[in-house]
Amino acid sequence: MTRMGSFRTIGRTAAHVLAGLALLASPGAGMAETKAVPTTPVWQENPYPSTYKPYPGEPTAIVGATVFDGTGGEIAGGTVLLKGGKVVAVGDARLAVPDGYRRIDGTGKFVTPGVIDIHSHLGVYASPGVQAHSDGNEATSPTTPQVWAEHSVWPQDPGFSRALTNGGVTSMQILPGSANLIGGRSVVLKNVYARTVQAMKFPGAPYGMKMACGENPKRVYGGRNTMPSTRMGNFAVDRQAWIKAAEYRKKRAEGKLTERDLAMDTMADVLDGKILVQNHCYRADEMAQVIDMAKEFGYKVTAFHHAVEAYKIADLLRENGICAAIWADWWGFKMEAFDGIPENAALLADAGACVIIHSDDANGIQRLNQEAAKARAAGRRIGIDVSDGQVIRWITLNPAKALGIDKQTGSLAPGKMGDLVLWNGNPLSVYSRPEKVWVDGALLFDLGDPKRRPVSDFELGLPGEGDVK
Amino acid sequence: MKRASLLLAALLLAGTALPAHAADAADTPATSPSGDFAVTGATIAIGDGSAPISGGAVLVRGGKIVAAGSDVAIPAGIPVIDGTGKWVTPGLVTAMTDLGLVDVGAVDESNDSYGGTARFSAGLDVSLAIDNDAPPVAVSRAGGITRAGVAPVAANAIFAGQGAVIDLAQNGPGTVQPRAFQLVELGERGADLAGGSRVAAQALLRNALREARELSQHKPGKDSKNAAAAEPAQPGDALLTRVDAAALIPVVAGKQPLFVHVERAADIRSLLALGREFPALRLVIVGAGEGWRVANEIAAAKVPVLASALADLPGTFETLAATQSNVGRMTAAGVKVALGSFYDNDQPRYAPQFAGNLVGLSRVPGATGLSWGQALAAITSIPADILGQGAVFGSLKPGLAADLVLWDGDPLELSSAPVTIFIDGRPQSLVNHQSRLRQRYRHPGEEGLPKAYE
Repeated sequence: MTRMGSFRTIGRTAAHVLAGLALLASPGAGMAETKAVPTTPVWQENPYPSTYKPYPGEPTAIVGATVFDGTGGEIAGGTVLLKGGKVVAVGDARLAVPDGYRRIDGTGKFVTPGVIDIHSHLGVYASPGVQAHSDGNEATSPTTPQVWAEHSVWPQDPGFSRALTNGGVTSMQILPGSANLIGGRSVVLKNVYARTVQAMKFPGAPYGMKMACGENPKRVYGGRNTMPSTRMGNFAVDRQAWIKAAEYRKKRAEGKLTERDLAMDTMADVLDGKILVQNHCYRADEMAQVIDMAKEFGYKVTAFHHAVEAYKIADLLRENGICAAIWADWWGFKMEAFDGIPENAALLADAGACVIIHSDDANGIQRLNQEAAKARAAGRRIGIDVSDGQVIRWITLNPAKALGIDKQTGSLAPGKMGDLVLWNGNPLSVYSRPEKVWVDGALLFDLGDPKRRPVSDFELGLPGEGDVK
Repeated sequence: MKRASLLLAALLLAGTALPAHAADAADTPATSPSGDFAVTGATIAIGDGSAPISGGAVLVRGGKIVAAGSDVAIPAGIPVIDGTGKWVTPGLVTAMTDLGLVDVGAVDESNDSYGGTARFSAGLDVSLAIDNDAPPVAVSRAGGITRAGVAPVAANAIFAGQGAVIDLAQNGPGTVQPRAFQLVELGERGADLAGGSRVAAQALLRNALREARELSQHKPGKDSKNAAAAEPAQPGDALLTRVDAAALIPVVAGKQPLFVHVERAADIRSLLALGREFPALRLVIVGAGEGWRVANEIAAAKVPVLASALADLPGTFETLAATQSNVGRMTAAGVKVALGSFYDNDQPRYAPQFAGNLVGLSRVPGATGLSWGQALAAITSIPADILGQGAVFGSLKPGLAADLVLWDGDPLELSSAPVTIFIDGRPQSLVNHQSRLRQRYRHPGEEGLPKAYE
């Protein structure tokens, strides 16, 4: 990965030192060649900081559209004002459009916040899906909290453009895969192509830590005749890791560490509440076990991903404040997906639990709105009616909350990032498509303007370059 | 986690299943045992590419369609289903699935779609293993799929084996037609199976066709001294087993279609050249991710296509030019295109959503989609036709099997689902594993007795 060599020094300038814990960093990691830079042995909490900068936009008023604001609200004939990269105001027809705004007629169209995918592997399993691009699972040990997904992300993945233009996705969490019980750190990105990963990183987003239950870890490691080979092995390995992390955290807090451990840094940050646990877990009984494990060691699970059986324990998830990040209706492809039902989201909503529709898929990320619509429809047929506005929340504000970025994005409120989508019809209809997408107030996709359509480096000069996708 | 299976399944489709929306047995309408009934007052979509007809009717007698459309006379005494507010379509047809071969894809013991160490390839006949009780069959049925092609997955050779056509009727015989087509891999996957190159795959294919032809031309000669010797033997340098070579005889003779999985434009051209070299072959292209680039050539060769509707990523180096406009552009060029499914979680029940997306695409500047009628045809009559069953099922034309789906709204819309399904005029249960779970967990709490007693 020569990329690392190029950007290593950039990250150092903006990092800050973890309070009271200036430790000796282990030398090496290619530092010898940076002769001009003093190798101050500091512990940097944020060594690869976001360099994302919004692109310029013009003051824009979308007038006369149906507005789903992301919180569940719906405004007929609404107006949305964007300026300086932010949402300035959202209102009904009475909201005046100040001078100097470009006016877009939204009649018959719909506005939502930018769609957010809490579970993507874009960049770490980039297209084309050749072995050389297989960077999502450090499947060499069942616990690898020391790896960071951002060090695998290829910012030229063609999938980013499809997610933007067909899916209206403006932010997403890129996760390590599920081969490992503890897969490593996730990274939250703005869906804006950049030369570097740092320039895609969502400013101020907390890290996540990927964990996985069930079949995948035990299959991968059991297949090598190493632990874990069973579900009980999964838990034993997890618990041992947490015991070690708790000890490390205690020493760290007391300033007694003699050696830094990347893996333990991440887990200790989870115990400190700085890193959010994003836990792949299909089965209801396993989720319940994980909830107890989290209590045993004093951490919180933010969301269970792929929670196809969440509907069986909707009450437990609600009581513990854990979101279920789910597909609409994937079913049956593996044993732990056998009890998936299309009513999962609706049953969770009916019980008052937090619902997020996720993709886990470079195709599915292009249609999160459609997946949410299908999940709602399944609920209606059993008498659970969720409003259009609440369904949009499943792919906007709820994932923003579970990523810790809801203060910045996820809904259309004054002062929030100008991340929004103008759809050419109701986004819950199969016939609708994003017409325009703004990210931080910058128009980055326009259905009618081929110049506002991103093309990755990979596609240049190859068949299909610049085509509609 | 799904990567490996995605790669594997990218070769083919995995069919599995549909959500069990519709209500359960209570919705099954009363019909006479002979399959005589009518549906009136519904929006009727014939499935032949035409636009839907509002306020129409369908008349069924003896399990066959008698008439469908706006001017259908309903004889006295025929049981009538009030279709007010409903839509009626033909049962959906998915041309390539693994329905009946798989219970749970990742559970090897339950998966008969391929066998990596099997000794045969072209000679494999999936019809002998199809299980109509496999859970994905019931789930797919509840999503409106009434007929399907079932294909094996190539595992140890470029030839996957012989696919079958099934109906999805409950307790049904399942197999409508065994040995309906042969499937061969000639793209990246074929190259891998052939020893590492497309060149090798092409050589293997041509050799196989030659061996089959020679086998078919073998006449018991004077050296036949006994009955056993009358059985044609493969020559000593033959690469195919006799079973595999024999299975390819109907392919060479043009009696059995040859489904060929290729994606990129160059591979499609190469395949069309093969068709000129062996004019008797009845080729069907499976995949054709870059088909739009050679659409005129495919149309001129009159080769039909089973394509993925929404593949728009350069997922491999053979789909660099993938676009959702692929199906629309090929259709516009005159190619007969049905929607196929090519990834493990693209199950047959998603066909209406895929078709609906292509209708939505027609509103995108620079893109090419399908009309509503074309989109429905791409998941009903066209796949039936490609399976060689166009005169048997796939539309609401008179004389065809009365495979009907009543929907609670526009069938291609995300909010809609089947409410009543008939196959051969017989009402079908919509109960399945998912619908039973849904009932049990409508309220998650346990009261009085554990959930296991509900």
